[in-house]
Amino acid sequence: MSLIDLEKSFQEKIDKEIKIEPKDWMPDAYRKTNIRQISQHAHSEIVGMLPEGNWISRAPSLKRKAILIAKVQDEAGHGLYLYSAAETLGISRDQMMNDLNSGKAKYSSIFNYPTLTWADMGAVGWLVDGAAILNQVMLCRTSYGPYARAMVRICKEESFHQRQGFETLLVLSKGTKEQREMCQDAINRWWWPSLMMFGPKDSESTNSDQSIKWKIKRKTNDELRQQFVNMIAEQIKLLGMTLPDPDLKWNEKRNQYDFGEINWEEFWNVVKGNGPCNKQRLAARNKAHDEGAWVRAAAIAYADKKKNKTTHKAA
Amino acid sequence: MSTMHFSKNINNVLHLADSALILAQRNSEWCAHGPILEQDIAITNITLDLIGQARNFYQYAASLINSTNQKNETEDTLAYLRTEREFLNLLICELPNVDWAHTVVRQFLFSSFQQQLFLALQENTDDAIQAIATKSIKETNYHVKWSAEWVIRLGDGTLESRERTLNAIEALWPYTGEFFTNEPTDMMDVSLLKKAWLDKITNVFLEASLSVPENIFMHSGGKKGVHTEHLGFILSEMQYLQRMYPGAQW
Amino acid sequence: MNINIRKFYYGDIPEENNVTSLSQNSKTEKEWPLWEVFIRSKQGLDHKHAGSVHAADAQMAIENARDVYTRRQEGISIWVVESKHIHASNPEDADMFYEPASDKVYRHPTFYDLPDEIKHM
Repeated sequence: MSLIDLEKSFQEKIDKEIKIEPKDWMPDAYRKTNIRQISQHAHSEIVGMLPEGNWISRAPSLKRKAILIAKVQDEAGHGLYLYSAAETLGISRDQMMNDLNSGKAKYSSIFNYPTLTWADMGAVGWLVDGAAILNQVMLCRTSYGPYARAMVRICKEESFHQRQGFETLLVLSKGTKEQREMCQDAINRWWWPSLMMFGPKDSESTNSDQSIKWKIKRKTNDELRQQFVNMIAEQIKLLGMTLPDPDLKWNEKRNQYDFGEINWEEFWNVVKGNGPCNKQRLAARNKAHDEGAWVRAAAIAYADKKKNKTTHKAA
Repeated sequence: MSTMHFSKNINNVLHLADSALILAQRNSEWCAHGPILEQDIAITNITLDLIGQARNFYQYAASLINSTNQKNETEDTLAYLRTEREFLNLLICELPNVDWAHTVVRQFLFSSFQQQLFLALQENTDDAIQAIATKSIKETNYHVKWSAEWVIRLGDGTLESRERTLNAIEALWPYTGEFFTNEPTDMMDVSLLKKAWLDKITNVFLEASLSVPENIFMHSGGKKGVHTEHLGFILSEMQYLQRMYPGAQW
Repeated sequence: MNINIRKFYYGDIPEENNVTSLSQNSKTEKEWPLWEVFIRSKQGLDHKHAGSVHAADAQMAIENARDVYTRRQEGISIWVVESKHIHASNPEDADMFYEPASDKVYRHPTFYDLPDEIKHM
C-alpha cells in the first residue's frame, strides 16, 4: 500500500468511529500529536498535585484531610494511566519526565497559580476540575484507543473531585463571615484562570483543526468554554456567591450566557513561564525526581542481583 | 467502673490514635513528592489507612469522654485542639522523613510493632478496641510486607542505598525501646510483644545483611506527653485553621 | 517505490533504543520495566487488562498494581506480565486471520431453525 492509500484508509477508519490501536498504521503527525497531547495531559495531572498537596498538612478536619489526600493521590494515578497510554506510542516515561523537568514540555497553566487559603481547595475542585471534566468527558471518545480507555477510567474516578470541591465551598458559604469571605475570594481568583484552561480562542488556536479532523479533540476550545460558563453561572446561585465578571448575563437570543473578555496577555505570560508559580512547580518536580534517583537505582540493582541469583541456582 | 479507670482507658485509646495520626501526617509529606509515581501512590495508601485508624480510635475516645462527663468531644476536637504536652504518640512517629530510607525503615519498625499490638488487641475485652484492631491488622499486615520489602531492597541494593539504610537504622533504633516499656497509657503489657517483633525485624534485616543494633540507649517520653521539638511544628501546621477560627465548621 | 514506514509494536518494543528520534533522552538512568496488569474483579470472572505499571521486579509489579488499580475495590486477583513478553498479532493480518470465520454461520446456535415447542436446547 502506498503512503497515500494508507492515509486514506486511516482517515476512513476515523470517520467511521473505529478506534486506532497501538499497532495500527498511523501518520507520523497523528502519533506526534497524540504523544504531545497525552503527555501534556499527564504532566498536568502530576504538576496539579502540587497546589493541592500544599494543603494536605493543614486540612481543617480529619475527614477533609483524608478526602484531599485521596484526591491528590487520584491525580498521581491519572498521570500514571496517561503516561502509560503515551508509552503505547513508543515514547518512554523517562523521556516524558525529562521533557517536563527540563521545562521543554508544557502542562496546564492553571497549576501555576497559587493556592492561598483553604477555600482554594474548594474552588480548585469545583472550577478547575469542573473545567477539566468537560474536556475529559469529550476525550473519552477520542480516536486513539489507549487514550480513550485511560480517560474512561479517569472520568469514573474524577466524578467525586468536583463534587467534593463544591461541597467544601458550600460549607464555607454557610459558615462564619470570615469563611464566606474566604469562599468569595477564592472564586474571584480562580474564575478567570479556569476560563483560560480551555486554551486560546478558536480563531487563534493552531492545533485545533487537524485534531478535530482526526477526532483527537471533538469540540473546539470556545464550545467547551461556553458550556462551562453556562454550567457554573447556574451552580454559583446555590452558593449565594458571585462570579467576578460584570458582563456575565443570560442572553435569550443565543440561549447561552454572555461573558467578558479574558485577559489574554496574562494567559500568554503564564504559558511562557511568567506565572506566579511556574518556577516553584518545576523546581518541586525536579527535586522529587532527583532525590528519587537513588531509590529507583537501588530497586533495579536489587532486582538484577536477585535475577542473577536465580539463574545461578538454575544453572 | 471508676472515673480513674475510665480516664486511663481514654488515654490508652488516645495514644493509639495519636501515633497513627502523627505518622500519617509525616507520610503525607510524600504525597506529590515520591521517588516514582507508583510508590507515591503506595505510601499514600498507607497514609490513608493510618488516618482511618486514627479516626476510629479518636471517635471511640470521644464517645468514652462524652459518656462520662458532659462534654462534646469529636474526632476533630481531639486531633486539633489538644496541645503538645497532651499528645501521647510514640516519638518515632514525629521524627522528620529525612529520605526514603528513613521513611521505609521507620514504617517497618513501627508497623511491625503495630502488627503485634493489634494481634494482641484482637483478644481485648473491650469490644470496640477488638473491632478496630481486627479491621486495622489487615492494613498493617500489608504495611509490614511493603516496608520489609523496601528495607531489603535498599539494604541489598546499591552502595548508596545501603549506606542510607544503615544511617536510618542508626537514627531510628533508639526510638524503638519506647514501644515495649509499660506506661499507664498502655492498654496491655507491651513488653510481651517484644520477642515476636524482634524476631520479625531480625529475619528481615538478615535477608538484607543488616545487623540489629545492640545495647543502644533508648529515648522515651512520647507516651507521657514529653516529645521531641518536632511535634510542636507538626501541630502548629496541622491545627492552624481550627485554632485560627475557633468553632467554625469545615 | 520503497516506503519506509516506521512501526511500533507495543510490548515488542526493543528494550534499547525505543524510538529515540521522537525525543532525545538526555539522561542515562535505567528505567523500571513496564508491566501489563490484569485484574479479576470478582471470583468466577476472567482477568481483564486494566493498564500498566512500572516496577523493578514481578513482586513489586503486583504490589504496584494493587496500589494503583484496586484502590476502589476493583479486584480480588492480579496478574502481571512484563510488557516485552506480550506478543500480539499484526493488524495487517486481520483479513486472513479473522475474515475466514465470517461465513461459518453454522457454528452459531441461531443458524438452526427448530420448532418453538422444543425446550431446553
